[in-house]
Amino acid sequence: MTIRVAVTVNGTEYARDVEPRLLLIHFIRDELGLTGSHWGCDTSNCGSCVMWLDARPVKSCTVLAAMADGRAVRTVEGLEQDGRLDPVQQGFIECHGLQCGFCTSGMLMTARWLLDHHPDPDEAEIREAISGQVCRCTGYENIVRSVRWAADFERSGRGEPA
Amino acid sequence: MQVPSHVEYERAKSIEHALSLLTRPETRVLAGGHSLIPMMKLRLAQPELLVDINGLTELAFIRRDGDELRIGALARHADLLDSAAAGECFPIFHDAERVVADPIVRLWGTIGGSLCQADPSEDLSAVFAAVRAIVVIRGRAGDRTVPVREFHLGPYETVVGPGELLAEIRVPVRSGTGSAYEKVSRRVGDWSIAAAGAVLQLDGAPERPVIASAGLGLTAVGAERFVAAEAEEFLRGRVADEASFAAAAAIAAEHCHPSADQRGPEDYKRHLVAELTTRALRRAAARVTLDT
Repeated sequence: MTIRVAVTVNGTEYARDVEPRLLLIHFIRDELGLTGSHWGCDTSNCGSCVMWLDARPVKSCTVLAAMADGRAVRTVEGLEQDGRLDPVQQGFIECHGLQCGFCTSGMLMTARWLLDHHPDPDEAEIREAISGQVCRCTGYENIVRSVRWAADFERSGRGEPA
Repeated sequence: MQVPSHVEYERAKSIEHALSLLTRPETRVLAGGHSLIPMMKLRLAQPELLVDINGLTELAFIRRDGDELRIGALARHADLLDSAAAGECFPIFHDAERVVADPIVRLWGTIGGSLCQADPSEDLSAVFAAVRAIVVIRGRAGDRTVPVREFHLGPYETVVGPGELLAEIRVPVRSGTGSAYEKVSRRVGDWSIAAAGAVLQLDGAPERPVIASAGLGLTAVGAERFVAAEAEEFLRGRVADEASFAAAAAIAAEHCHPSADQRGPEDYKRHLVAELTTRALRRAAARVTLDT
């Protein structure tokens, strides 16, 4: 049995007939070919599959694609706007916020959500925000610096379009 | 690769629609899904039909209503953590929600889902037991209310029957109370090794407060219905001081039934129960404001 799942991903509408048991991460990666979101632990621990569902980050290995029907999804591919990297992406470049990059898309989506709701987080607040996500390169110091870089960038007004 | 077994999916359009779908055998409510979907991946749950209630936003509320705090079953953990109304009446909710899972999971997991999952290691069951919450269960014939201390039948089992839905949780708000939750876990987001929640209602002179009533909930240590009943009984009528707290904590540690597992041996868990119960009582008492 399949059901119709229609989702807006990064502003583009997609519809696919899928099994109800299909997980959102596999829908996004395998059905839509958006492979920026990574499929990691499969147990909602590692956070590499974090994307937004209706403007809230979610571990997409733990929701069904069917639950996203009629809703909006934002993935790491949706961070860049008109060729301009999002400040959190730029922060990860500036502060060497990744080594292997596997956790990065999830970290970026959580960081973006944090700064949207809390533009001036201190180190403890950044660590709390990413506490459900795992970086196996042990790069937390630089990830925290990267998020803080983005916060400073946005607070200085440099994030606004010219 | 972990994938749930074949399952049908229906989105509930209304509470009535959900109730009628839930009469079918082998049907499960899908709310946050953060316990159910992992269990389906492991074949620990194999429902034939999922009823997605995420659209029933009328069940997603938290508000103070007279002398009750009312929490809709579909309120998320993050909503409870953010609720000033909840934190004012019962700081125990904020203590517990800070250590339930992780911030991303808390955005999706629901309060009703936590209670209905009835996991012996789940934090909110002990918290609601400590505050003596009342659970409202909706069926097609109407609502019935059940004290939360009679809600859990055992691990992963509640009194919610076929064709019924947990609708809301009501917590009586009383003056002169304080509450707290203390948990030890191995790392962020993990289940408790042990945890204790305490609610104290005090009266008498501020310099010598007496315990009018006590609520004590225990997590992950095999306490019957998540309650330390003998310790609660001991505390009633006693002076709220360190000696009473230590004695009650020893009783709580003696009467629970922790199992040795990968999180630690039995004697370590009993030690934690005593220590965490003492800390929770101490902090609950410190949070009471007594009228002079």
